[in-house]
Amino acid sequence: MFSRDKWNEIIESLSANWFRTVMTSLGVLWGIFLLVILLAAGKGMQNGIMRGFSGMASNSMFMWTQTTSKSYKGMPKGRRYNFKIGDVQAIKDNVNGLRFVSPRNQLGGFGGNNNVIRGLKSGAFNVYGDYPEIIQQQPMDVTSGRFLNYNDIKEKRKVAIIGEGVKNSLYDYDESALGSYIKINGVNFQVIGTYRKKSGGGGNSEEDQKEIYVPFTSFSQAFNMGEIVGWMAITAKDDYSITNLKSEIFEVIKKRHDIHPEDDRAVGNFDLYQEFNKITGLFTALNAVAYFVGILVLLSGVIGISNIMLIVVKDRTSEIGVRRALGATPASIRGQILMESVVLTIASGMAGIILASLLLWSVNRFLDANNTSDMMFANPSVNVVVVIIALLVLVISGLLAGLIPAQNAIRIKPVDALSAE
Amino acid sequence: MIEIKDLHKSYRTGATSLHVLKGINFSVQEGELVSIMGSSGSGKSTLLNILGMLDEADEGSYTLDGVPIKNLNERIAAKYRNKFLGFIFQSFNLINYKSALDNVALPLYYQGVSRNERMEKSYAYLEKVGLADWAKHLPNELSGGQKQRVAIARALASDPKVLLADEPTGALDTKTSYEVMDLIQGINDEGKTILIVTHEDDIAHMTKRIVNLKDGIILDDSRVQQVRAIENV
Repeated sequence: MFSRDKWNEIIESLSANWFRTVMTSLGVLWGIFLLVILLAAGKGMQNGIMRGFSGMASNSMFMWTQTTSKSYKGMPKGRRYNFKIGDVQAIKDNVNGLRFVSPRNQLGGFGGNNNVIRGLKSGAFNVYGDYPEIIQQQPMDVTSGRFLNYNDIKEKRKVAIIGEGVKNSLYDYDESALGSYIKINGVNFQVIGTYRKKSGGGGNSEEDQKEIYVPFTSFSQAFNMGEIVGWMAITAKDDYSITNLKSEIFEVIKKRHDIHPEDDRAVGNFDLYQEFNKITGLFTALNAVAYFVGILVLLSGVIGISNIMLIVVKDRTSEIGVRRALGATPASIRGQILMESVVLTIASGMAGIILASLLLWSVNRFLDANNTSDMMFANPSVNVVVVIIALLVLVISGLLAGLIPAQNAIRIKPVDALSAE
Repeated sequence: MIEIKDLHKSYRTGATSLHVLKGINFSVQEGELVSIMGSSGSGKSTLLNILGMLDEADEGSYTLDGVPIKNLNERIAAKYRNKFLGFIFQSFNLINYKSALDNVALPLYYQGVSRNERMEKSYAYLEKVGLADWAKHLPNELSGGQKQRVAIARALASDPKVLLADEPTGALDTKTSYEVMDLIQGINDEGKTILIVTHEDDIAHMTKRIVNLKDGIILDDSRVQQVRAIENV
């Protein structure tokens, strides 16, 4: 089928009018170029944003107390309540499929007063009372020393892990923080480690580095929290969805705190999984748009090829007549027109893919050469499978583009073709 | 070689029907050089198209080298054209993006002859028409006479039974016409059967037999004393 002669025939007739050939192929080139670039850009954004989520337990939710909105068991609405440390065990006992239930307490807050002092320096930082599991729910790199462990919890050690941001504002540049003491709300804690949080791309990456983690139990004792739990970070196991388990958890809480079972406002929550799914959904939509636009542009390119092939057939009416007088069968004429159309489509498609790859390559080089960890864009690329599918689509569309012109070509009677001078 | 009996052909244009061939009886033996003459509208081109299997007759029988030509589909017609017939056109009809050699090779390509053999044979035919030096040239680099010589080489390439020439000298000046006719006579001398449609008397008299067509019937069919073209160049 692909003998050298056939190739020669195709290449000869395509290069007979190379300007027209090039102009025609631009349509398909542009279509596939756009398709690849759009898909790659979508992938790049996805990579960038997913990098922020990397390691984060996305199957998580955060839960805090609000005021009740329904009176129940003789108690008025608008009542305040607090989670208690016992709630944690109760949730673990009553709800299946949970991986971590981490109670948390917090001091300070965004724009709060100075609450941490070291020597002559002071600063306002978020201080969290946490269990060691928190590092698996909110990933951070421990840059020196160690993170909290269960001995710290059990013995209520006054130890702290501080963010790189905290270290920068409380310590001199070449000073080691490990083993030193900082005073949080008047209570001394020994620094046992420093961390750097991975950028979440959420816009508060600066703030993320300015946190201090201390054992939950020591926090409660040092800052008189008693049994109170400020909020909880709950992560479900991989084959469960936290969104589905949420209501079970709320039920346990409502029962233990005498809240009306239908009171939806008493327990506040932020479902990370749902947000995560929204973003994933966004990328699916983005991909769909890329395909939609790319394929439509490609389609217009293919229609262009079909148009030009019609003109080519018209143009070559007498040539086709001569060929038939010399013994060309209708099948061979049809085959030639089809092959020309397919070759033209594939060649221009390949050119489009190559151009797009060159662009992606240079963009990637630029991204690699610059620090882009805070950019929501990383490694734009397309799947090889997508490229192969695109090529298949090209072959098929080339065939379709050639079909009508080829049919036209063989409908011409040799005698008419020869007299069409 | 060619046997035609009671051939009719009419063209329908809208409501009116034009009866072009009104019962042609005509036969050609092997090795003949026949000219078909007639004014325009006499049906000579239609007759040639039917002989060339480019068109089909409404009625009558046509036998070519013992093979009845009837109810052909396009595929078989193409095969027969390739095998039995060589065409020479008034406007040469060379493919303008192919070199002279490739043009000559085209019928062999459709015969499925291998590339090397094809090129060898084509080159030999180009040599025969005296254009071996022009093998790599494109048609638009050749003069009219040279183009027609390439076309003749092409018609000969598939070694057909019959050459059909439709006004082969119509687009050429007298001198070149005679040169082309000399070539055609030479080919005929080697035994090839050739039919020429022409309306030029001098060209017709360079053949061995003149068939006069008028209004779709044969007016006159007579052998003539052949005038050698070379004497008039």
